[in-house]
Amino acid sequence: MAEGPSGTGTPRGNLPPLELHVPEPRYRPGETVDYAHLVIPPAGQLARPDEACAASETWPLTTQMVRVLGDDHKAIGPWNPGLDPETLRRMLRAMALTRAFDDRMYRGQRQGKTSFYMKSTGEEAISIACAFALARDDMVFPSYRQQGILISRGYPLVEMINQIYSNRADRLKGRQLPIMYSAKDYGFFTISGNLATQFPQAVGWAMASAIKGDTRIATSFVGEGSSAEGDFHAAMTFAAVYNAPVVLNVVNNQWAISSFSGFAGAERTTFAARAAGYGIAGLRVDGNDILAVYAATQWAANRARANLGPTLIEHFTYRAEGHSTSDDPNAYRSAREAEDWPLGDPITRLKQHLLALGEWSEAQHEAMDRELAEEVRAATKEAEKNGILGHGLHHPFHTMFEDVFEELPWHLEEQAAQAIRERETKWPDWKE
Amino acid sequence: MIEDAPISLHDAPTRQLNMIEAINEALDVMMARDSNVVIMGEDVGYFGGVFRATAGLQTKFGKNRVFDTPINECGIIGAAVGMAAYGLRPVPEIQFADYIYPGLDQLVSEAARLRYRSAGEFIAPITVRSPFGGGIFGGQTHSQSPEALFTHVAGIKTVIPATPHDAKGLLIAAIEDNDPVVFFEPKRIYNGPFDGYYDKPSRPWKGHPGSQVPEGYYSIPLGKARTVREGSALTVLVYGTMVHVAEAVLAEKGIDAEIIDLRTLVPLDIEAVEKSVEKTGKCLVIHEATRTSGFGAELAALVQERCFYHLEAPVERVTGFDTPYPHSLEWAYFPGPVRIGEAVDRLMKD
Repeated sequence: MAEGPSGTGTPRGNLPPLELHVPEPRYRPGETVDYAHLVIPPAGQLARPDEACAASETWPLTTQMVRVLGDDHKAIGPWNPGLDPETLRRMLRAMALTRAFDDRMYRGQRQGKTSFYMKSTGEEAISIACAFALARDDMVFPSYRQQGILISRGYPLVEMINQIYSNRADRLKGRQLPIMYSAKDYGFFTISGNLATQFPQAVGWAMASAIKGDTRIATSFVGEGSSAEGDFHAAMTFAAVYNAPVVLNVVNNQWAISSFSGFAGAERTTFAARAAGYGIAGLRVDGNDILAVYAATQWAANRARANLGPTLIEHFTYRAEGHSTSDDPNAYRSAREAEDWPLGDPITRLKQHLLALGEWSEAQHEAMDRELAEEVRAATKEAEKNGILGHGLHHPFHTMFEDVFEELPWHLEEQAAQAIRERETKWPDWKE
Repeated sequence: MIEDAPISLHDAPTRQLNMIEAINEALDVMMARDSNVVIMGEDVGYFGGVFRATAGLQTKFGKNRVFDTPINECGIIGAAVGMAAYGLRPVPEIQFADYIYPGLDQLVSEAARLRYRSAGEFIAPITVRSPFGGGIFGGQTHSQSPEALFTHVAGIKTVIPATPHDAKGLLIAAIEDNDPVVFFEPKRIYNGPFDGYYDKPSRPWKGHPGSQVPEGYYSIPLGKARTVREGSALTVLVYGTMVHVAEAVLAEKGIDAEIIDLRTLVPLDIEAVEKSVEKTGKCLVIHEATRTSGFGAELAALVQERCFYHLEAPVERVTGFDTPYPHSLEWAYFPGPVRIGEAVDRLMKD
C-alpha cells in the first residue's frame, strides 16, 4: 500500500486540542462599560480623495473613520460638506421629527393601537443625511430602520401611521406588518421582512438605470448583522462586475437583536473593509455625525452618477433602544452602553453645531420639539379616525386575495368566496 | 377536442423547429418587440447558453440586453427583481433547475410577493427560464423536477411546455405576463420527443406535429391546458417530457385515453381537468418529480374533491420515487412505460 500523507490518526505530539471561538460581547447586563478600546480618530483627519479615484485608494477610509464634527462642535476637514445653516436646520428638524414619531408610535404599540413597532433612535443621522444627499428620484431600497428617509422626503406622517395601524386607509390594505412601508412615488422600495434581499435588488435597479442610460442611482441599506447574509455577497459581486451606479450602506449599530457585531465578523475587521475584496470603493463614517454621513453619501453618489461605480459605506453607530417592541435589550447588554456611547447622539451633535455657529438657540430647539410633538400628535389623531389595529376587519375580505397575481385565478376567486361566507358566520353584524 | 393544427391556429407560416430553436425564437421575438426585455444568466451571452437557447441574441441585441452573469443564482434573481422594479422585463436563466435553490428566497419571498405586499406599487414581471427533468443521465443535480416547490408559492406562475410549438407560444406569453413566471424546459425533449423507451434510438422533432412552429409573434394563454388526445376511457393529466411517454404507452396498450397536457400548473386549467374526468370517470396523474407532496398530490386531491361522484376508481399517481435522482439506476427510477402500464392496468380492470 502506498504511503499517503500523514493525516488521520497520526499522533500530533503536544499540540493543544482545537478550540472553537464563540464571540462574546464585552459587556453584559449590569456590567461597567469602558469604551477605551474603541479607536475614534479626531474629526477632520482623513483626506477626501477625488471621487474618480481608484477603489483601492479608499482603503484607509475603510479602516479608519470619516468624521466632520469635532469635540468643539465645529465642522472641520476636507469632508466638511459646507452646508448652509438653513439646510442644517432642516436636517435637524427631520431628525427630531423622526425621533418624535418613533416615540409616539412606540407608545401607540404599548397602548395596543398596533401590534409592532421599531424605533431608529440614535441612527437618525444616517437616514436623514442620505435623503438630503441623494436626488429625490434616486431609488432607496431600505431595511426596516430607515423611516427617516420617508420622513425627510415629505411622505405624510398620516400615511405612515395608517400603515402602522393597518387601518382602513392603509395603502397596503392591512397586508403588511407595521413599518414595512412601500412608497414608490417617494423612491422608497417596498420593505421585506427577509433580511438583505433588497441589497441585490438595488444593484439590479441600478443596472437597469444604466441599461436605459438614465441618470438615477440606487441606494440600499442593511444592518451589520444582515451583512452576513449571502445576498450581501451577491450584491457586492454584481455591483462590482457591472460597475453598477449604487450606494450600498451597512448600518453598523453594534447589535443584531441580541447578537453583537462580533457574530457578523466585526472582531476581525471593519465592515467597510470588505469593499476592498470586491474592488469597490469603501468609506467608514461616524454614523452619528450627520455631516460626515452627508459628505460620504454625496461622494458615493457623485461617483456612481459619473459611471465610476459602486461604493460601500459603513455607518458606525449605536442602536440606542431595543431591537423592536418585542425586544428587551436589558436581557443581553449593559444599559450603560447607550448612555456612554462615545459618538454621542446625532441630534444633540447637530444641535450643538448649529449653536456653535450662532444659527440656533435653546429656545428655538425647545419650540421645535414642542411643534414636532404636536405635529405627530395631530397626525396620530387624524390616522386614528381611520381606525387602529385593535378594531380589526378594516378591509373588504376580497382585498386579501387581490394582488397575489395581476388577476385573480379561479382558485383565489373560490377562496375569496369562502372567506366571505365564513365572515357571515363569524361576524354576522359586520358590513364591508 | 384535438388541438387544431398549429398552422390553422395562427396565420403565420410554420417551420419545423426543435424546442431549443423555438425558445430561441421566442426570446428573439420578444427582444425585438419590447426594449425592456433583457436576458441574463450564466453563459447566456457571448457563448449563447450551454443548451444554445440564447445563441446569437447578444450579437443581435447587444451586451446591454443579453449578458453573462456571475455564478450566483441569488444575485441573478435578486438583480432581476430590482430590474423589474425599475420597469424592465427580465428573463433570467438558471442553468439547471437543480441550481435554482440559492435563488429561492428571492423568488419566494420577493418576486412572488412584491405585488401583494406593495399593493401593486411594485411588480416583478420576470420569467425565470430553467432546464429541468431527467432522462439524460444527469444524476442528482442535472435531473430534478422541482415544480412543486413553486406551485406551492402564492404569487408565482409555473409553466412547462411539451412541444416546440408550445414552448415558443408559452414563453412569449410568460414574458408578456405581469406576474413572475417560472418556465421549466424539459431538457430531455429539447431535441426530440421521448417516449420512455431509453433503449431505442432517440428521435428528432422532425415529423412531430408539435414541431411546426409559426414564424414571428404568437402567444398561448397561460392557464390553458392542451388536449393531446381525446378519449373516453381514462383521463391522463401530464406535462413536460411525460406527455410523450404517456402518449406512447397508452397507444401501445390500446386504451382510449384522454391525454391532457396541463402546460400551466398554476394557474391550473381546472375546467379542462373536471370536464375530462367527468367524462371518463378515471384519472391517472403522471410526473417525473418525486411522489410525496409532488404536484400530483394536488391534482389527485382536486380531482377527488371536484369529481368524486364521477370517479369509478381511485386516482392513480405515477411519479419518480422518493429518492434523489440516481445516476446508474436512472431507468429504474424514471416513471416509464412499465410503471405507467401497471397503473393503467389497475385503473382499467373492472
